[in-house]
Amino acid sequence: MLPAAVALTALVIFPVFRDPLDSFLGDSILALAFVVMALGLNIVVGFAGLLDLGYVAFYAFGALATGWWASDFFTGVNGERGIHIGASEFASSLPGVHLNFLLILVGAVIITAIAGAIIGLPTLRLRGDYIAIVTLAFGEIIGRIAQNGDELTLIGDYKFSNGRQSISPIDQINLPLIGEFDQATNLRPYFWMGLALVLVVLFVNFRLRDSRMGRAWIALREDEVAAASMGVPLVKTKLMAYAVGAGFGGISGAFLGAFLNSVNANQFQFGFSIFILAMVILGGLGSIWGVVIGAVLLSFVNTRFLTQLDQGIGNDVLNALGLDFTFNEVKFGVFGFILVLVMVLRPEGLLPERRRKLELTEGVGTGGESVYEARA
Amino acid sequence: MRGAAAVWEFVSKYGLIALLIAFPAYFAITDLSNGEGLTRIGNNLVAGLSNGSIWALVALGYTLVYGIIELINFAHGEVFMIGSFVAFALYGTLGLTLATGPLGLAVGLFVALILSMLASGTLNVMIERVAYRPLRNAPKLAPLITAVGVSFILQNVGILWLGSSQKAIPDLIGAQRVLVDVAGVTISRADVLAVGVTVPLVFLLTAFVSRSRLGKAMRATAQDPEAARLMGINVDTTISLTFLLGGLLAGAAGLINALYQTNVWYFQGFTAGLIAFTAAVMGGIGNLRGAVLGGLIIGVIQQISDNRIGNQWTPAVVFAYLVLIMVFRPQGLIGEETREAG
Repeated sequence: MLPAAVALTALVIFPVFRDPLDSFLGDSILALAFVVMALGLNIVVGFAGLLDLGYVAFYAFGALATGWWASDFFTGVNGERGIHIGASEFASSLPGVHLNFLLILVGAVIITAIAGAIIGLPTLRLRGDYIAIVTLAFGEIIGRIAQNGDELTLIGDYKFSNGRQSISPIDQINLPLIGEFDQATNLRPYFWMGLALVLVVLFVNFRLRDSRMGRAWIALREDEVAAASMGVPLVKTKLMAYAVGAGFGGISGAFLGAFLNSVNANQFQFGFSIFILAMVILGGLGSIWGVVIGAVLLSFVNTRFLTQLDQGIGNDVLNALGLDFTFNEVKFGVFGFILVLVMVLRPEGLLPERRRKLELTEGVGTGGESVYEARA
Repeated sequence: MRGAAAVWEFVSKYGLIALLIAFPAYFAITDLSNGEGLTRIGNNLVAGLSNGSIWALVALGYTLVYGIIELINFAHGEVFMIGSFVAFALYGTLGLTLATGPLGLAVGLFVALILSMLASGTLNVMIERVAYRPLRNAPKLAPLITAVGVSFILQNVGILWLGSSQKAIPDLIGAQRVLVDVAGVTISRADVLAVGVTVPLVFLLTAFVSRSRLGKAMRATAQDPEAARLMGINVDTTISLTFLLGGLLAGAAGLINALYQTNVWYFQGFTAGLIAFTAAVMGGIGNLRGAVLGGLIIGVIQQISDNRIGNQWTPAVVFAYLVLIMVFRPQGLIGEETREAG
């Protein structure tokens, strides 16, 4: 317990030692958001063994929730006077819907959990790789809808999204008792908010894993048929995995929408799903701490390491090989390379979960079959 | 309960077919009721079928590989993309320009076809060797994850090769020049080229798989790898051969696509891959004829969607069909019940 307490304290006071607008602090906030997202995907892929390649859908819904309910997106609502619930003084003077961030979080979780369950429904009869493709298809469909949402008129004159234009600016997070954050002058509150979200999600993750539901997920991952015959209700268990995993994605998406101060539909691409999946795989499928490490590592690779590599030794190496490009240009190639490398060399990930490792070495696993056995 | 089961069975059996027919039928009827006649839908069908024959070639690669090792070769779309890139590079190497005479062009393009097929075929074999073979005894999702990884690596190779925006390339054959015009429905050179290359290749492939010794080995491995091995079939070689065949077809599709669309793009493989995979699933994965049928149908759907709804929505339309197939008829139009169908 002591090392954990020390580490937590260090994390809590870390922002105080950095400049309030420090770029490293900003990148750390992104890392925290990605930890939440990766932990969500880990429930679906790591615990329940359902390969979800469309996780970006939940980022999209979470971020859109913030876009809808914390900006002037619905300008005409309530006779251009706007709807305000728990919004800051400044936001209360603006048209559009402005809700308190905590309400948005709740709303985002509800939307994404429902979306997760709906996306899960058609995959219930399917196994393994077909699930991956169906979720991928849903991710792409939702990305497309968000990117072309300015053509979709819903109720009244309201669009689904601003299409390729981002929804911006977004209200600053405004917490009861604490007050309104101000990104322009101080990033520290966002860090603490992100850290609080990570802690809540971590707690929920551990409790879930050891709960009846969590054990059902792991049983499902190890052998679906055996789990079903032991009385695990497949439909409920699978849908719960999708819904809970999606809910975490929604939390992170809502937070990222507020932190980035814009909701940009161009981000809702397949590559994003793979970025998050790479975090889970790198850390170790099903291993909570592993996934945290994977998420932090890859997030910093994305925001800092590749740039540093390009400015330093990486550039020299590429020049020596006579290659003329930067690692930043081929970011997703790097993530793809990490996926291949980890899967071939160390499929259990950096910090393997003991049980999962046994499954891998003994050849029991998702679907419980090797390619050869599959035909038997 | 029995009534519900019967309804479900009926819906699964005919629902997909009805949905497929409904799409073009709806637009045909709107055209007719607007007094526009059937010219526009006819043109949609022609363009759809010729474009669909490119998807059919790519879909065959998915179906061959899935049939033998039950793996969705996610990088297959990128193998197709690299085929296009190689074809474009060969324009320069072989000195094919707009000024080249007809005979020189025909010989040059034939050489380019063979070379881009070989390039894609070799690439596909190498991918299997590096990324899938080490994982053959791992859980089934492991090679799928590496496949996604390889797909991203190849996309970025594409970015480094020709940049990240679409690149217009010379229209060597005058792709849009009209050859036949029947009451406003036009058949262009590109249409003839796409069908003219695809049909012989599909016949060669089916003959190879059903007649040759190696094709027999492939079918045996697909049925039961362990038993095939005991009968003296080299399973590793057979799997490599399957990847080679799939890659060859993807390379051919790559060249046709370059001539047909007159542009190449690193991202073309991702979209093409998913469309072709949808085609393979629609026809019944593992089934060669099904892949061709699925490719043609998806080509028509895609063309109508591009033309009527707007091409920014086409991926969503195609994926919606993919989801519907998965829900109602995972075994595809002419596939058998598989394990995946549950």
